[in-house]
Amino acid sequence: MRNPDERQRPRLAVVKFASCDGCQLSILNLEEDLLALGRMLDIAYFPEASSDMRPGPYDIALVEGSITTAEDAHRILALREQAKVLITIGACATAGGIQSLRNWADVESFKRAVYPSPEYIQSLSTSTPISEHVHVDFELWGCPIDKDQLLRVIIDLVADVQPRLPADSVCLECKRRGNVCVLVAKGLPCLGPVTRTGCGAICPGMGRDCYGCFGPSEGARKGPGLPPNTTSLARHFHSELQLIPIEVMRRFRGINGYVSPFRAESDIWEKKP
Amino acid sequence: MPEETAQTRTIAVDMVARVEGEGALRVTVKGETVQDVELRIFEPPRFFEAFLRGRHYEEVPDIVARICGICPVAYQMSAVHALEQIFGFRVEGAIRDLRRLLYCGEWIESHALHVYLLQAPDFLGYDSAISMAKDHATLVTRGLRLKKAGNAIMTLLGGRSVHPVSVKVGGFSRVPLRRELEALKDELLWARDAAVETVRWVADFEYPDFAPDYNYVALRHPDEYPFNEGQIVASSGLQISVSEFEQHFIEHQVAYSNALHCKLRGSSYFVGPLARLNLNQDHLTPWARQVLADRRIELPLRNPFQGIIARSIEILYALEESLQLIERYEPPPLSAAPITVRSGIGMACTEAPRGILYHRYEVDGDGVIRDVKIVPPTSQNQSRIEQDLRLFMPRLLRLPDKEAALGCERVIRCYDPCISCATHFLNLEIRRESA
Repeated sequence: MRNPDERQRPRLAVVKFASCDGCQLSILNLEEDLLALGRMLDIAYFPEASSDMRPGPYDIALVEGSITTAEDAHRILALREQAKVLITIGACATAGGIQSLRNWADVESFKRAVYPSPEYIQSLSTSTPISEHVHVDFELWGCPIDKDQLLRVIIDLVADVQPRLPADSVCLECKRRGNVCVLVAKGLPCLGPVTRTGCGAICPGMGRDCYGCFGPSEGARKGPGLPPNTTSLARHFHSELQLIPIEVMRRFRGINGYVSPFRAESDIWEKKP
Repeated sequence: MPEETAQTRTIAVDMVARVEGEGALRVTVKGETVQDVELRIFEPPRFFEAFLRGRHYEEVPDIVARICGICPVAYQMSAVHALEQIFGFRVEGAIRDLRRLLYCGEWIESHALHVYLLQAPDFLGYDSAISMAKDHATLVTRGLRLKKAGNAIMTLLGGRSVHPVSVKVGGFSRVPLRRELEALKDELLWARDAAVETVRWVADFEYPDFAPDYNYVALRHPDEYPFNEGQIVASSGLQISVSEFEQHFIEHQVAYSNALHCKLRGSSYFVGPLARLNLNQDHLTPWARQVLADRRIELPLRNPFQGIIARSIEILYALEESLQLIERYEPPPLSAAPITVRSGIGMACTEAPRGILYHRYEVDGDGVIRDVKIVPPTSQNQSRIEQDLRLFMPRLLRLPDKEAALGCERVIRCYDPCISCATHFLNLEIRRESA
C-alpha cells in the first residue's frame, strides 16, 4: 500500500450502492479521527462528505450497499478496475443487507404470477452482496460497521499489514463484558452464539436478544472459516423456547438473512409444517 | 451569452454531493426561461413497505431503523407510536421523557452533521469540512464535538448511535440509571455553549436574497416543541389530526425519480427545521429565544438558506431540553410496559430531523404486520425543492455551467434531503391474476 513517493498519500474512495448510508455515517462519526484520516489519506471520492469528486484509480475503495439494479451491477465492475484494494463496509455490501429479503419475496411472487405496476423504475429482483459480482479483498461486517474496526483496517492497510479482525461469536464478547445471558436467563431467542463479534455485545448489554447484525460467526463448530452451529441453536429456539417454525425462520432471515448459513437455516424452517 | 439565448441549455449535476444518498439534477433552460427542473433520485428502491408485511410487530423497530442511518430514531419513533396506537397503549412519564431525550440526541447529531459538514462549506467556499478544517480547524472541531454529544445521548439510551437497539413497543429494552445520564451533563453543558456559538456564527453568513412564499407544515403540540406528538398544522391554516394525514397529503409518482412526490391538496409544501421553528416558536426555551433576540433574528424565517439558522437553533433547543429531561429523570419501575396484542390500524407522525415522518401500520390478531405506509420528509420536500430551483435559477443563468450547477446544489442542500429515506417506499402493489 505504501506509495514509493512518500508525498503521495494513498487515495481513498467511498462509494455507495443500495443502502441507508449508516456505514458512511460511521466514517463521519470518527469525529476527531476523521480529520486525522483526512491527513493520512487523500480522500479522492466521497460524495456524501465532499463535492470534490476525482476519478480513479484508488488505493482503497470502501463500498457501502448491495447491488439491486442492472446499472449498479455495471458500476461495481468499473469500480473494481479502479480499486487496488476493495473493502465492503456493512451488511448490505457484505451480505446483501435487509433489502435482500426481496430475494425470497420475488420467488414467491413469480410463482403466483404477481407483477409490480408497469410504470415502476428498473430494479433487479434480487439484492446481492458485492462479492457475488467482483472479487472483494476485505469484508467489514455489521449493520452498521464498527467505526473503530474500520479505522484499524485502514491503518493496517496503509502500514502494509494484513488486517485481521475477530470472527468468533458475540457470546465470547458478551461474557467478557459480564452480561447476564439473555438466552439462558430470560429465554430470549438470542442469535449471539452464531453471530460474529465486533459490536460490543450491545444487545444483551441493553437487556435484549442479539438479532445477528454482524452476520454469522466462524469457527464455533470446527475451526476458522467454518460456519457456526445454527442447526443446534434453531432447534433450541423451537424445542426449548417454543418458537414456531415461521418464527425460527424469521429469526435467521433478518439483517444478514441472505448470507449462508443464515439463509440455509431460514430456508429449512420455512419448509417445516 | 447573446448568441446562445435562443438555444436550449442544460445544466446537469450528475451527483449531488454532501447530501445523504444519491441524486442528480437536470435543469433545461431556453433563453432566459427555465423549462424543466428534474431532481432525479436514482438511489435504488429498497421495498421496505413490501417486506415489512409478514414480519412480527416486535421486529419493526430493528427493520425500519435500516431505512436511514442518519435518522434511525425517527423511523423507530413513528413506528412504535403507530403500533402502540393499535394496541391502545400510551407512553407516559419517564419513558415518554426518554423518547424525547433520544430524539434530542438524533436532532443534535443530524443537525450538527448538516450544519458543519454538509452546508457550511457552501458559505465558506470549500468542498468539504475536511478541506475547511485546514483553515478553520477550531470551527470544524467544534462541529464534530457537538455531533459527538448527540451521539453520546443516542449511544447511552440506544446502545449505539447508528441503528440504536433498545427502542421497543411499550418502552425500551433497558432504561439508564440516573448516574449514567448525569455523566452526560458536563459534555452537554459544553455543547450548549457551542450551540450558542453556532447560532451566532451562522447568523452572520451572507444569505442570498431569496424568500419564496412557502406553506410550512409541522407538528404542533399545545405545551411543547414537537417531537413525537401533536397535530399537523400548516401556515396555510390547516390543522388536522395525524390520522387524517392521508386525506390531505397525496403521493404522486414522476417518471424520472425513484422517490414519490407528496403534495398537500395538489400543492408543494415545506417540512423540516425551518417549518418547525416558524410554527412552534412560542415553545422555544429561554436561551434559544435569547440568542435569537441577541442576533436580531426575527421569526418567521422565510429564506430557505437560513434553514442553517433554524437547525442551529434546534441544536441549542435540543441541548437545553436534554439537560432538563436529565434533571428530572427518575428511572421508571419497568423499562417497558406489557403489551396486549390486538388487530387494527395505527398512524403516527413524528418530527424527524428533516421534517414530519408519517407511518401507518395494519396488524392482525397475532401481531403480524399486514400493511405499511411510510411517507418520509424528503418525499414531501421534493416537489418544493424543484419549485425553489425554478425560482432561483434565473439568477444563475449568467454564470458558467459549473457555477450555475453549484448554485443549484446549494439550494438542494438547504433542505438536507435524505435520499435513502426517500427511496425505501415504492409501494409494491401486488396484482393477483386469476389462473
